[in-house]
Amino acid sequence: MTAVTGTEADEARAASAIAFVRSADQEPLPPPVSTTGAIGWLRQNLFSTPGNIALTILALLFLAWFIPPMIKFLFIDAVWSGNDRDACLVTPERPVVGACWGFVRERFSFFMYGFYPISQRWRVDVFFGLLAVGVFWMLNLRAPRRDLGAIYFFIVLPIVSFILLRGWPLAGLPIVETANWGGMLVTIVVATVGIVFSLPIGVMLALGRRSRMPAVKLFSVIFIEFVRGVPLITVLFMASVMLPLFVPDAWQPDKLLRALVGVAMFAAAYMAEVVRAGLQAIPRGQYEGAMAVGLGYWQMMGLVVLPQALRITIPNIVNSYISLFKDTTLVFIVGIFDFLRTIEAARIDPKWATPVTSPTGYAFAALFYFVCCYGMSRYARNMEIRLAKGHRR
Amino acid sequence: MSVAETTERPKVSPLYDPRVRSVAYQVLLCAIILFLVYSAIDNAAENLQKARIASGFDFWENTAGFDISQTLIDYSTASTYGRAFWVGLLNTLLVAGLGIVLATVLGFIIGIMRLSKNWIVSHVAAGYVELIRNLPLLLQLLFWYNAVLKALPEMRDSINLPGGGFLNNRGLFIPQPVGTDGFNLVWIALAIGVIGSVVFRSWAKRRQERTGEQAPVFLVSLALIVGLPALVFFIKGMPLDFVYPERGRFNIRGGIEVLPEFVALLFGLTIYTASFIAEVVRAGILAVSHGQTEAAYSLGLRPGPTLRLIVIPQAMRVIVPPLTSQYLNLTKNSSLAVAIGYPDLVQIFTGTVLNQTGQAVEVVAITMAVYLSISIATSLFMNWYNARVALVER
Repeated sequence: MTAVTGTEADEARAASAIAFVRSADQEPLPPPVSTTGAIGWLRQNLFSTPGNIALTILALLFLAWFIPPMIKFLFIDAVWSGNDRDACLVTPERPVVGACWGFVRERFSFFMYGFYPISQRWRVDVFFGLLAVGVFWMLNLRAPRRDLGAIYFFIVLPIVSFILLRGWPLAGLPIVETANWGGMLVTIVVATVGIVFSLPIGVMLALGRRSRMPAVKLFSVIFIEFVRGVPLITVLFMASVMLPLFVPDAWQPDKLLRALVGVAMFAAAYMAEVVRAGLQAIPRGQYEGAMAVGLGYWQMMGLVVLPQALRITIPNIVNSYISLFKDTTLVFIVGIFDFLRTIEAARIDPKWATPVTSPTGYAFAALFYFVCCYGMSRYARNMEIRLAKGHRR
Repeated sequence: MSVAETTERPKVSPLYDPRVRSVAYQVLLCAIILFLVYSAIDNAAENLQKARIASGFDFWENTAGFDISQTLIDYSTASTYGRAFWVGLLNTLLVAGLGIVLATVLGFIIGIMRLSKNWIVSHVAAGYVELIRNLPLLLQLLFWYNAVLKALPEMRDSINLPGGGFLNNRGLFIPQPVGTDGFNLVWIALAIGVIGSVVFRSWAKRRQERTGEQAPVFLVSLALIVGLPALVFFIKGMPLDFVYPERGRFNIRGGIEVLPEFVALLFGLTIYTASFIAEVVRAGILAVSHGQTEAAYSLGLRPGPTLRLIVIPQAMRVIVPPLTSQYLNLTKNSSLAVAIGYPDLVQIFTGTVLNQTGQAVEVVAITMAVYLSISIATSLFMNWYNARVALVER
């Protein structure tokens, strides 16, 4: 103790004797203002070189040209309620009219259900509810009993929805012809049918394409390459004008069913290629291991290969569901009343004929599709990150 | 037990022999498919007979009797259905070709912007990609056509464009350049320039491989392809006239008329496909490992040549296959023209011709065959290209 105080005292004495020797460490200087904090970030990311400055200014000009008018149109100048076109017309008191949200509000039930009878619309709501349960069960990886979820989604839900939406007079549900279905209901039915049927058919086609049996392989390749080589519209035209010729008069399919067949076939061909990529990513050892323990073909595929292959392809499967969802708009062209078609029909209705009706209708449609597709793509990306974690360990 | 007994295959019932089973499955599958095809044809023949529609391709030579708003080759209401088919096919190829060029340019710009170190620029590009990719193309086409182009002023209040053009809700009208006598020489000069630059390029490449000396290939090619025709053009005294569009009360005569349907389709396809191409380009450039760039810098290459000689050639190998499938998608998506009334193959053929003749099977089959041949031709070209640029490993 005394020794320490002794040296300290010595130092203090020396310091007082020699004025320029420091007694304590100098605090390091803070970094220059221009390299840290908001200013540093700005300098590094936006203004590092003259070229960069020019780019920043150009980008800001673009944003200034694009964003404020958009916000002004969609929110500030928008008309939020009204019963007919008078609410959204330009008048002396209101020289600028933005989006006419009153139109969307008044027509909302039409956009949802189309011409579905008003007294029966609860059935559509129940269908949406059942579907939401199924989607949540399938997508949430932590949900319990996901095997039951798959049975529910791929088997129970289609049957129940069909009875519910189409009707079953014995159970007190009057028949509603598919010609009266419309709006989001049809869009979601088409998308769900595509999703539910394209996966199993796609898996079968992918297995067929990798099969060692030449006939099976040939037919799978022809189907996949044929459907992928032509536009969806021609497949839909084929389904809607050629299919009725190919089946006997007794079971003529109705219009919606024809479009559903077209969409499911088209989606299945794309799904087959996605699944095939997954199958190719499974090392040969997995196949050989399964064969070595004596599993037959279907056991090997069902218990060993497909669970791994499908798991790694989930992001790609969801991506192809996104394009399927966007492609459902094409049924519009063969005369099905889907969501976009209801927007088109409402848009040209004289009751709401104003210059802002069309942009408003399209903005609403864009919102609907964007929310659905962006949601799916976020899910696919999270899934990708999750799967990558598993691989990195 | 003897050795012979153990190596002998155990006797199994043919029911469990994999080869027998495989043959049986395939025969069964063929039988089912043959039955389906047979019954489809049978039903079709019966249904067609009932509807009194003669099958076959005789309608090809019949008079079409309808008008088409945009024709690249001579066509009138007196022309045949066959002629209408070619008009539609050429219109499809026109919009697809232009769309591919524009979408590639825009897609590369957006893709490179997304990789920019500038925060705002990269986020503007990301916002563009996310917004456009998540909206259906059909919605975008309808938006461009109905909400943007149809909202332009009417014919009476056309917007006057600088240089003598007009813009209104019936289209874009621009002066048509017409070469007077002597203009053919400019085309000849252009042809000579192209051939000359190809020859010069191969000569420069051989010389560089032999001696290591570089030649200014780009400048010489530019001079040959642009400079030579321009020189001829000015020497001949600018032999080019413009036919200006003239505005009448109800319509505009003369000049080149660009239909609003065409503009909407081109805009929609370009903007939509560019967002996918941007992602392809970004993935391709990111796939070139950073070590390549660093190695190039350490050899003393500057950023420009590094990008041009090291990064892009390697990125192209990754970019080209998905890029081609985007080109195919664009071509197939051009069939959405039917929704806004641009006279493409599907609109003319599976629309009007099918409705007039009722030859559903033939018309749909021909349309599908056209798209299939485009797809197959493109994939053959791609396979050839891929084989050419593929990484040659030791």
